[in-house]
Amino acid sequence: MGKSSFRACLLTLASPVRVFLFGVKRKFITSLIQVEIKMTDNNLGSKLMTAEEAVSKFIKNGDQLALGGFTVNRNPMLLAREIIKQGIEDLHVVCHSHGQALDLLVGAGCVSYLEIAYGGMGRFAPTCIRFRKAVCSGLIKIDDYSNYQMSLRFLGGAMGLPFMVTKSGLETDLVKIDGFSKEDRGKRKIAKKKLEIARNPFGAENDTVVLLPSLNPDVSIIHAQYVGEDGTVRIRGLTFADLEQANSASRVIVTCEEILSRSEIRKDPDQNSLPPFLIDAVVKAPIAAHPTACHHFYDYDPTHLRMYADMARDDGKFQRYLKEWVYDIPDQETYIEKVGLSRLAEIKADPILGYAPGLNRK
Amino acid sequence: MTGYSKLEMMAVAAGRFIADGDVVFAGTGISMLAATVAKRIHAPNSVVFFETGGIDPSLDELPMAVADPRVMAGASMNSGLIESFSLLSNRRLRTIAFLGAAQIDRYGNLNSTCLGDYRNPTIRFPGSGGACDAASLASGFIIFMEHEKKRFVNKLDYFTSPGWLNGDDSREKAGFSRGGPVAVVTNLGIMAFHPTTKEMILSQHYPGVSPEDVSNNTGFELDLSRTSEVLPPTELELKTLRDKVDPQRLILS
Repeated sequence: MGKSSFRACLLTLASPVRVFLFGVKRKFITSLIQVEIKMTDNNLGSKLMTAEEAVSKFIKNGDQLALGGFTVNRNPMLLAREIIKQGIEDLHVVCHSHGQALDLLVGAGCVSYLEIAYGGMGRFAPTCIRFRKAVCSGLIKIDDYSNYQMSLRFLGGAMGLPFMVTKSGLETDLVKIDGFSKEDRGKRKIAKKKLEIARNPFGAENDTVVLLPSLNPDVSIIHAQYVGEDGTVRIRGLTFADLEQANSASRVIVTCEEILSRSEIRKDPDQNSLPPFLIDAVVKAPIAAHPTACHHFYDYDPTHLRMYADMARDDGKFQRYLKEWVYDIPDQETYIEKVGLSRLAEIKADPILGYAPGLNRK
Repeated sequence: MTGYSKLEMMAVAAGRFIADGDVVFAGTGISMLAATVAKRIHAPNSVVFFETGGIDPSLDELPMAVADPRVMAGASMNSGLIESFSLLSNRRLRTIAFLGAAQIDRYGNLNSTCLGDYRNPTIRFPGSGGACDAASLASGFIIFMEHEKKRFVNKLDYFTSPGWLNGDDSREKAGFSRGGPVAVVTNLGIMAFHPTTKEMILSQHYPGVSPEDVSNNTGFELDLSRTSEVLPPTELELKTLRDKVDPQRLILS
C-alpha cells in the first residue's frame, strides 16, 4: 500500500500551483502550461513502454493472470501475443467469459491452471477451439465458476475481503465439483478451497449461501481506448469486470488506442475508469485488441476470426497461425500492416454507433 | 404468408412469454429474436439487458455475442458484470432470462459445461457464463433446446444451472427465494412444469407435430395429457421478425 499512497500523494501534488512551484524550483523559465505538459510527460514517462518491455518487466512464469475484456471484445491481444513470444509459461489464468486472448494463450501452451466461467467466441467458435482441445486432452487444469461468481471474486479482492457471498449456484456441480486436485489446493495462488457452503447467519435455520474465495491476481492486463498523460485510464463502452480485475491485482498493464493530454482526460473525469497510481505500465498500441472489438474504434474482424477458427481446428495449421501472426511479428506496426488498411477500413467503427454498421458478420 | 420456419416458430413462441414491463436478460441467437420481436409487438415497455452490462440498447443490428459492441449502442447505460447481475437480482423487477443448454432434465436443470466426466470430458462446452447466475437469481427463465433424446436426459452429465432441482419445493428449500424455469421452447413444442411436482409436461405442440413425436424425442417420461396445438406465428409476428428484427438474416438464415 505504501507505494500506492506515495503515488497518490504525487497525484494530488500535481495541481497547477504545485506544478508552477515545481517549475520555478527547477528553474524552468517557461509558461505555466508548458511546465504542466513537461510535468505530465514525466509522470507517464517511466510507465510508458513497449509491450515487450511491459511483459518482461511485469509478467513472469507461474503468475496468476487476470484477462480483461469479454469473449469478442477488448481482449488484450497484443499483450497475449507478447506473452507467447516471450515464452512465458505455467500461467494461472483467472477470468469470467473469455475468448480470443484466452484461446491463443492456452493454444500456445502458456497456461497450466485456469479458473473460468465461459470460453467462447460467439458464432465464430461457440466453444473456444484450443481451449476445448486443451480441456479434453487434460493439457490444462480447469475449475469452473459462473460469471457472477468470478466477478464477485475480483470485487472481493479489490475490497480487501477474504471472500464474497452469493446465492448463485447452490446445489449445482459448480459448487459440488472441484476441478483442481487436493494436492493443488492451497499452493501458488490457488485457494485452499474452491468455495464453502455456509449457513446464512441472518436467515432462517436452514438458509444457505455460497462463500467464494476472493482473487488478488499477480497481474491484470487490459486494453483501453484512452490513457491520459497522467496515467488515468478511460474505457469506453462496457467495462465488463476490468475495473474489479485491475483494482484487485498487484500489477496492472494497460494497452491503449490513444494517449490524451492531461488536460483533455481531466476535462471530463466522470468518464474515467482507473486512477494513474494503479497502473504500472502503459503501452500505446493502436489496434491492440484486434481481432476482437474496441468500442468506438473498430469492430471485431469476422474474416480474421473465421480464418482463426479454421486454423485452430488443426494442430498444424494452428502452429502456422502462431508463426504468421505471433512469432514472426516484431511489433504492432508490423501487425497493423499485416492486417491491412482495407480490412481496417472494413471494421472501422462509426463514431456515433461505436461499431461498423453493415459489416458482413455471417 | 403461410410458410414459416421452426426457428421463427420458436422465436415467436418464446417472445409470447414476455410481458410488457419485463426486464429481459438475453443471450444471443434465438433469444435475441424472441426478446426483440416481443418488444416490437406486444411488450413495448419491456427492456432487454445483457450480462456484460449493456442496458436497453437500441439493437438496430443484432449482436452475435453478449459482448458485441452492438449491445452498447443507443443503450440507456453501459456498465459491467457486477451491475448487470445486481439488476438481475433486483427485487423490484420481474427479470426473465433466456438460456440455452446442451442437456436438460425433467426438472429443468441444465448442463452447458461438458459431456462425460468433468475432469476427463468427451466434449467440452463453453461453460456456465452467466447461465447459472440467471437460473439462480432471475424471477424466472425460459430455455431454448433442440428436442432430442440425447439432450432431454434422465441425468445430466454435469449440473451447471439450477432449475426445479428435485421437484416439489426442493428449489425453495435449497435457499432460492424466487425463480425457476417457466418453459422450454424447442423445435417441436413448448414444455411447461407441473405446478406442484415441477416435472416437465408438454404444454403445446407445433402444427404438424404430434404429442407422440415430442415424447419419442424425450429421454424421460413426459405428461402429454394437457397439450394443445400452438397458435402459429401471425402475419404481423413474421413480418416484424423478418423485416425489423433480423433483416440481415444473421440468425434466421
